[in-house]
Amino acid sequence: MNVDNSILEQRHRVVRAIRRFFWDRDYIEVETPVRIPSPCLELHIDAEPAGNQFLRTSPELHMKRLLAGGSAKIFQIGPCFRRGEKGNLHRPEFTMLEWYRTGVGYMEALAETKALVAHVAKEVPGQTGIPWQGGRIELMPVWDSMTVRDAFIGAAGWDPVSKFDADRFNLDLVEKVEPSFSPERPTVLYDYPAEAAALSRLKPGDPSVAERWELYIGGMEIANAFSELTDAVEQRRRFEQCAEQRKARGGEVYPVDEEFLEAMERGIPECAGVALGVDRLVMLLTNLQSIGDVRIE
Amino acid sequence: MITASDLRKGLRIEFEGIPYIITEFNFVKPGKGQGIYTCKLKNLLNGATTVRNFRDNARFEEPDVEDKHLRFSYEEGDNLVFLDDAFEQISIPGSVLGDKKKLLVEDAAVAITFYNGQAIDVEMPTFVEKKVVHSEPGVKGDTATNVTKPATLEGGYILQVPLFVNQGDVVRVDTRTGEYLDRASRK
Repeated sequence: MNVDNSILEQRHRVVRAIRRFFWDRDYIEVETPVRIPSPCLELHIDAEPAGNQFLRTSPELHMKRLLAGGSAKIFQIGPCFRRGEKGNLHRPEFTMLEWYRTGVGYMEALAETKALVAHVAKEVPGQTGIPWQGGRIELMPVWDSMTVRDAFIGAAGWDPVSKFDADRFNLDLVEKVEPSFSPERPTVLYDYPAEAAALSRLKPGDPSVAERWELYIGGMEIANAFSELTDAVEQRRRFEQCAEQRKARGGEVYPVDEEFLEAMERGIPECAGVALGVDRLVMLLTNLQSIGDVRIE
Repeated sequence: MITASDLRKGLRIEFEGIPYIITEFNFVKPGKGQGIYTCKLKNLLNGATTVRNFRDNARFEEPDVEDKHLRFSYEEGDNLVFLDDAFEQISIPGSVLGDKKKLLVEDAAVAITFYNGQAIDVEMPTFVEKKVVHSEPGVKGDTATNVTKPATLEGGYILQVPLFVNQGDVVRVDTRTGEYLDRASRK
């Protein structure tokens, strides 16, 4: 087997600590379907077909339907599938933690994420100062945080908010911005260009940016969060735009999830959601360099 | 046509008119962005390495590269003559191997890489055994370690050997470094 027993046990303890964190905060643990007819339309995420349906790329749309149905605090830990993604930090099958909470925005979700990371690190490895790739990361108390605009101006010399360039944005993010982060502390990038909003809402008072953040620790992207978009008209417009872009790139266009849009039309309360890569969190807390070291394959 | 999703360690690609082999490979996907394929590339013509990031719309030509498994037969002027399994003769310029051509022994199994029909690389057996045809005797009493002296092997290859190696001994040479490994037999 590719994962040794001590890592299996540590992984178990990480997952147990995550569950305890949410149970203690009165979150409901849910399981939503893995095989679905309408995977979320995203420009650069491809779904794996499963018969006449698909495997989910994330549980997002189903979990938001639960919010429309009256759930206020929900979390889920489960498998997600993304076709063609394989590297040290990627697998076509991986484990995602997602949680949603109504009545809060992305910054409240960030505070909760920080509490979660501290809570889990106290279980594995047992402290918030952790060894990582020959160095050391202090997970608490300071997290660097900067807007996407400031990070790009500082590290790449241009402002992606005033003029967005998708190709340049992705490449500079990997080649210039991410390497500029401190190796000793977590870093949060927030307020993404509106063009990179995905399913987040635009910032009230400044629609040039979206209320989205990403957490980086040890050079890895660990979590992504939104103040969730709750406007059904805008959501449909984004899906349609994404479908056009996918088509133009020669990608498969999935049917729009009409049940999700209907739920949004009935009303999803103001809420925030976070998606966190469980495999990467285990890598970080066990000081292992590849996702293949922490997942049974 | 090679697309970005075909990229993997060991694949040969033609990029900006130069044939490369991918020696290290990683895939990263920032945020919800486009996948980026990070490749360490080794230039097949001169061995130089470079790291490049490719986006998922990158396209490459398949280089006209072929490996042939051959056996060394003989040297003819500036050329080296090899035989394939059908005993057909294949001749390549000796310059491809440089000074290491002097380490070839008859019937040595080699893999020669051809690019557009031209030989660009010869993978020799890792170790060869050659007889020392000339070396001055080591000075008696000089027992310090790491002291070496020059020796000329059969075929004219010159390398540094320990003092205890004598003319007529057979030595093993690592063809990757071109350096002395050990003494295979004494005279």
